[in-house]
Amino acid sequence: MPYRLEVENLNVYFGESHILKDINININNNMVTSLIGPSGCGKSTFIRTLNRMNDTIPTFKKDGTVLLDGKDIYDPNVDVVDLRKKVGMVFQKPNPFPKSIFDNVAYGLGIHGVNDKDIISKKVEESLKAAALWDEVKDKLEMSAMGLSGGQQQRLCIARTIAVEPEVILMDEPCSALDPISTTKIEDLIHKLKNDYTIIIVTHNMQQATRVSKCTAFFLHGEIVESGLTDKLFMEPVDKRTEDYITGRFG
Amino acid sequence: MNRIISPKNSQKIMETIFWASGIFTVFLLILVIGYILVNGLPVINLNFIFGQPIDNGAAGGILPFIISTIYVTFVALVVATPLGVGGAVYLAEYAGENALVKAIRFGSEILASIPSIVFGLFGFAFFVVYLDFGFSVLSGGLTLALMAMPTILRTAEVAIESVPKSYSEGSMALGASKWQTISQVILPAAVPGIITGVILGMARAVEETAAILYTVGAAIQAPVSIFDPGQPLPLHLYTLATEGISMPFAYGTAAVLVILILVITIVTNTLVDRYTKKMMGR
Repeated sequence: MPYRLEVENLNVYFGESHILKDINININNNMVTSLIGPSGCGKSTFIRTLNRMNDTIPTFKKDGTVLLDGKDIYDPNVDVVDLRKKVGMVFQKPNPFPKSIFDNVAYGLGIHGVNDKDIISKKVEESLKAAALWDEVKDKLEMSAMGLSGGQQQRLCIARTIAVEPEVILMDEPCSALDPISTTKIEDLIHKLKNDYTIIIVTHNMQQATRVSKCTAFFLHGEIVESGLTDKLFMEPVDKRTEDYITGRFG
Repeated sequence: MNRIISPKNSQKIMETIFWASGIFTVFLLILVIGYILVNGLPVINLNFIFGQPIDNGAAGGILPFIISTIYVTFVALVVATPLGVGGAVYLAEYAGENALVKAIRFGSEILASIPSIVFGLFGFAFFVVYLDFGFSVLSGGLTLALMAMPTILRTAEVAIESVPKSYSEGSMALGASKWQTISQVILPAAVPGIITGVILGMARAVEETAAILYTVGAAIQAPVSIFDPGQPLPLHLYTLATEGISMPFAYGTAAVLVILILVITIVTNTLVDRYTKKMMGR
């Protein structure tokens, strides 16, 4: 089976600082991949390169290639709008829009030209069900999303992302602002979603990486030190630095 | 311990000073509004509000002047709001930092601090004479729009800039274009702040006298067409007082003006509150 994402010799710079160095990694289809590593190691910069969110930073420069389904996402002919529809993103801090719960999910459909009310309602319901939030909000869809708890807001953000039918979902420490119970719900959700989506999750929490992901990559100082099957990386790390990090010697 | 004032006492003293300044501000407000209402309310009745003026306003009512005020302010806001909000969107979302942006900011600061009589003079030279709009609601409204625009622009810019960056990131990550993000996420979230700016701009337009002195005319009858002259309340008040036509009616007119501003402010604040509650779920 071909890889969903192939990253070759990726280097990223913000102005003079060299943030990512010679990144090579292939991401499997319909599987969860964790990115672990200490703060400031470039994990977030890396996933923001995958949906071109870094484009908004004026000093951003990169070389190397990022292929999605075999096509270069930085090709001048690529429409960023289409790319971000295919590669969705969930942020560290839940960031629902100050709109109703319904409109939060319907928003992405609207911007991609879906106008039929019945289709929108159906899609909103499906997405909320897929994000395991439907039962909690079905009677208050018209209420503001800002009134939900942090965990509910994060699941709403996942529903919002699912609604536009992406292939890949990037998650940037999606549980770091949540309590343990909400974290468990999000992790259960990730297990459910991996059958239909390719998920890349940045996490600080190594237990979380072992719980949710099949593959893991360990980032340090802008490089991938080691990557591979999660079980193997945590049980028999090849690199000394990986071992030091996962055993808690630094980080 | 040889401190003159202990931290506990200095805390108490400062608390009292702040409390007193707060109370004093409210006291001044009540004093001014109270004085005008006490002197003005006795002449206010239905005939005063809905009647036509007799003898240049020495008797009768002030309906044409109320209509003039609303009309001129409406024209000013219809022109100034889109320009001000548009400029604010440009400054906050598109411009970055360059020479043009600095020029716009500097220009709007200067505009906001120019004395209103200078606007009046410009309005007379440009709208009344050069563009040949004559003494009219249009000339007056446009002059007031020039005055209100910088206020709306600056307030709207702050409102737009204070919308959390995470909202626009969320929208961009879903594939929305910049304009979709601005129009569907950022502006709706900034509406309460923008309306505050519009209210401030409106207050500046409603209460302005000097800027309309040379531009709107001094008609006794209510304007119908936008090219008709009018006589907004502040101008009428000025005429009543300076020409010694009727001091009681001058107070009455002032009271109506104050009440008009209070009503508009309270109604908009209520609507904005309701909007914010719905949006933020509180």
